[in-house]
Amino acid sequence: MIADTGAIMKKFGVLVLAACLGWAVSAQADEAATIRLGAAVSLSGKYSSNGVYTRNGYDLAVARINERGGVKVGDKTYKLEVVYYDDESTPARGAQLAERLIQQDGVKYLLGPYSSGLTEAMAPVTEKYGVPMVEANGAAVSLFRKGYKYLFAVLTTTDQYLKGAVEVAAARSEDPTKLRVAMAFENDPFSQDVREGVTADVKRFGMKIVIDDKLPPDLNDMSATLTKVKLLKPDLLIVSGHEKGAATAVRQMADQRVNVPMFATTHCDSARIAETLGKSAEYTLCAAQWAPSLSYSDELFGSARDYAALYEKTYNEAAPYQAAESSAAVQVFADAFTRAGSLDPKAVRDALATTDIASFYGPVRIDETGKNAGKPTILFQVQDGQYVVVYPEKWAEAKLRAPTPTWDKR
Amino acid sequence: MGQEVRYRVADNFLLLVQNPSFALDVVLNGLLAGAIFALAAYGMSLVWGVLNIVNIVQGELVVLGGYIAYVALSHGAPAYLALPVSALVMFAICWGLYYTVVFRVVDKDLFISILATFGLSIVIQQLTNTIFGSDVRSYDTGLGSFYMLDGAVTVAWIKVIAFVLAMVCGAALWLFLRHARLGQAIRATAQNPRAAHILGINTSRVYAMTYGLNGALCGAAGSLAVMAWTIHPYIGLPYTVRSFMIVVVAGLGNVGGVVAAGLSLGALENVAGFVLGAEYQIAFVFTLMVLILVWRNWRAARRRTYLS
Repeated sequence: MIADTGAIMKKFGVLVLAACLGWAVSAQADEAATIRLGAAVSLSGKYSSNGVYTRNGYDLAVARINERGGVKVGDKTYKLEVVYYDDESTPARGAQLAERLIQQDGVKYLLGPYSSGLTEAMAPVTEKYGVPMVEANGAAVSLFRKGYKYLFAVLTTTDQYLKGAVEVAAARSEDPTKLRVAMAFENDPFSQDVREGVTADVKRFGMKIVIDDKLPPDLNDMSATLTKVKLLKPDLLIVSGHEKGAATAVRQMADQRVNVPMFATTHCDSARIAETLGKSAEYTLCAAQWAPSLSYSDELFGSARDYAALYEKTYNEAAPYQAAESSAAVQVFADAFTRAGSLDPKAVRDALATTDIASFYGPVRIDETGKNAGKPTILFQVQDGQYVVVYPEKWAEAKLRAPTPTWDKR
Repeated sequence: MGQEVRYRVADNFLLLVQNPSFALDVVLNGLLAGAIFALAAYGMSLVWGVLNIVNIVQGELVVLGGYIAYVALSHGAPAYLALPVSALVMFAICWGLYYTVVFRVVDKDLFISILATFGLSIVIQQLTNTIFGSDVRSYDTGLGSFYMLDGAVTVAWIKVIAFVLAMVCGAALWLFLRHARLGQAIRATAQNPRAAHILGINTSRVYAMTYGLNGALCGAAGSLAVMAWTIHPYIGLPYTVRSFMIVVVAGLGNVGGVVAAGLSLGALENVAGFVLGAEYQIAFVFTLMVLILVWRNWRAARRRTYLS
C-alpha cells in the first residue's frame, strides 16, 4: 500500500515536472515574440459598461498594432497581448489584482483601470514594483500631485474639464466681472476636482459665485438647488455629478422650468441626455475628452473619424470616448517601447516620461507629473438632438447657440 | 470655511423668508417626493409588522419596479399602464422571492433576516446592472409642468399625478387591510401568528401575500420614480434608508402616520437642502430622526414611571 502510494507520487512528480518544463519552454517561446500588458478593468459592478468600453479600446489598438506587424524594439518585432482581470468596480480588488498581475503573472507593464478611484488604488502598487502604468480613464488631477514616477495618463485632467464653459461665458460678456455663476458639484473626488478648476477660472475672470452646492453621491433629486437657481438667476450654471448628475439636472431644469442663459455639465454623452431626454437637453454644454469630429489623426488609425468607423464596425455601437482614450494608451506604450529600444521597465518608463506624439485621440505630451499636457478639453453643445463641438473655435463644427432662450420660448 | 458656511446658511434662510412663493416651491417639490417615500415605507411597515422582517431590499425592489415600468414604457406601453404593470410583475416576483428565500427567515432572529434581505439587495443590484446596464434612466411622459405665482412655483404634472396615485394606493391598502377577508387575515397573523394558524388561517399564504403586496407597492413607487425622477441600479439605498426612517418615526401598522412622516420628511429634506446646502440634506434628516427617537424614549420612560 505504502509502496503503491510512493510509486504514484513519483509518477505524479514526474508529470508535474514535465508540465512545469513544458510551461517554462512555451513561456520562453512566447516571451520572445510577445509583450504582455496587464489590465484590471471593471467588467462587473457599477462601472461595467465603461469597463467594457475600456477593454474594447485596448483590444482594438492591440489588434491593429499586431495586424501591422507589431512593435519594433531594437532590431526585433514583438506582438502585443493583454492579460485581463475583472476588478468588480472596487478599489481594493483593483489593488489586489495589480499585485497579482505583477507578482503572479509576471506582467511588467500595466494599462490603467476605469475611473480615478481604481487608478488611485492601483498606482501605489505599480509604484512599489517599478512597473510603468499608462492609464486612460483616471482623470483626477490629484493622481498627478503625488509625485508618482511610473504613472502616465493620455487624458486631460479633471481640473480642465469645464474651464471652457467659463471662458465661453467670459468671452461673450462685455464685463465678465458682472457675471454670476451657480455651481453644484457632487461630493466625490472627480467632481470636486472639476470644481477646483472651475473656481480658479471664475476667480481669474473676477466673476461672482452665488451658489456653491455639494450634491450627495446618491443623488436623484436636486430640486432644492434648482429653486435657488430660479430665485438667484445666475448667468451661468455648472453642474457635475457623473451621468446621474447630468440626467437629473437636465430633467429637473425642464420640469421646474429653470431659466439660465448658459448651462454646462459633464458626462452628458454617456448619460445619453440628447437621446433619452429629447428637447429638454437642447442647448446643454458638455465637457468631453474626445469627439470623432475632431481633426486629429495618426498613422495607425487614420483620423478620429476613421477610428470611430472602425470601432463601430468592430463592436456595432458608436465609439465612446472611453474606448478612444484607451486605444491611445496602447499607442503610447507601443511608441515608448520603440523609443526605449529595450524591454527593461526602467528604460520604458523613461521613454514614457518623454512621450510627445500625435494620435487620432489628440496630441499626447506627457509633462513632468505624468499627465497629458498637450490636449485641450472640448465642449459639445446639444443641438437638434446631436452633440456638436462648439469650443475651442479651432475645432468647432457649429456656432454656439447662446443665450439659451427661456422655457416659454423653447 | 466655517464662517463662510454659517454666512451662506443665514443668506439662504433670509432668501426663503423674503421670497415666500419660492419657499412654497421648495416645500411643494419636497412633499411630492415624500409621497414616493411614503409608498415604499407602507410596504416596509407591512412586512415588518406581519413577517417581523426589516426588509433591507426595499430600495432595490423600488428600483427594479422602476426598470420594469421603463421597459414597458419604452416598448410602447401607454404611461397609465406603467404603474399597474410594474405593480403586478413585482407582486409576482416578490411572491416568488417569498417561497424561495424569505420564508426561511420569517421565524428567525431579526439579525438573520436583515442579513438575508441585505444579501438579496446585493443580488438584485447586480442583476439590474447586468440586465439593464448601469446607465441612468428616466422616462419623460411629456406632460409638462404647471406654474403659478409668476413662475416661482413650478411643479411637473407627473409629480402631482405620482402624489395622487401614491395616496390612492395608500388608501386602497388601508381599506383592503380593514375590510377584505385577506386583509383581516393579514392583520390577525400580525397580531398572533399561532392563534391565527389554529383558527384556520393559512399563515404561510398570508406571509407570501404580504410580501407580494409589498412588492406591488414597491413596483408602484418605482414606476412613479422613473417617470418623475431618475433611476439607476445603485439608487436603491436612499429608498431603503428613508423607508426605514419613516417606519421608525411613524410606528408599525399606522398608515396615517406613515403618510404624515413620509410627506414631512420629503418637505423638510428639501428645505434643509435649500438652507444648509445639498451636502447637509441627509445629515439634517438623520439628526432629526435621532432627536425624535430620543424624545420618544424620554416620553415613554416618563409614562412608565407614572404607571408604576
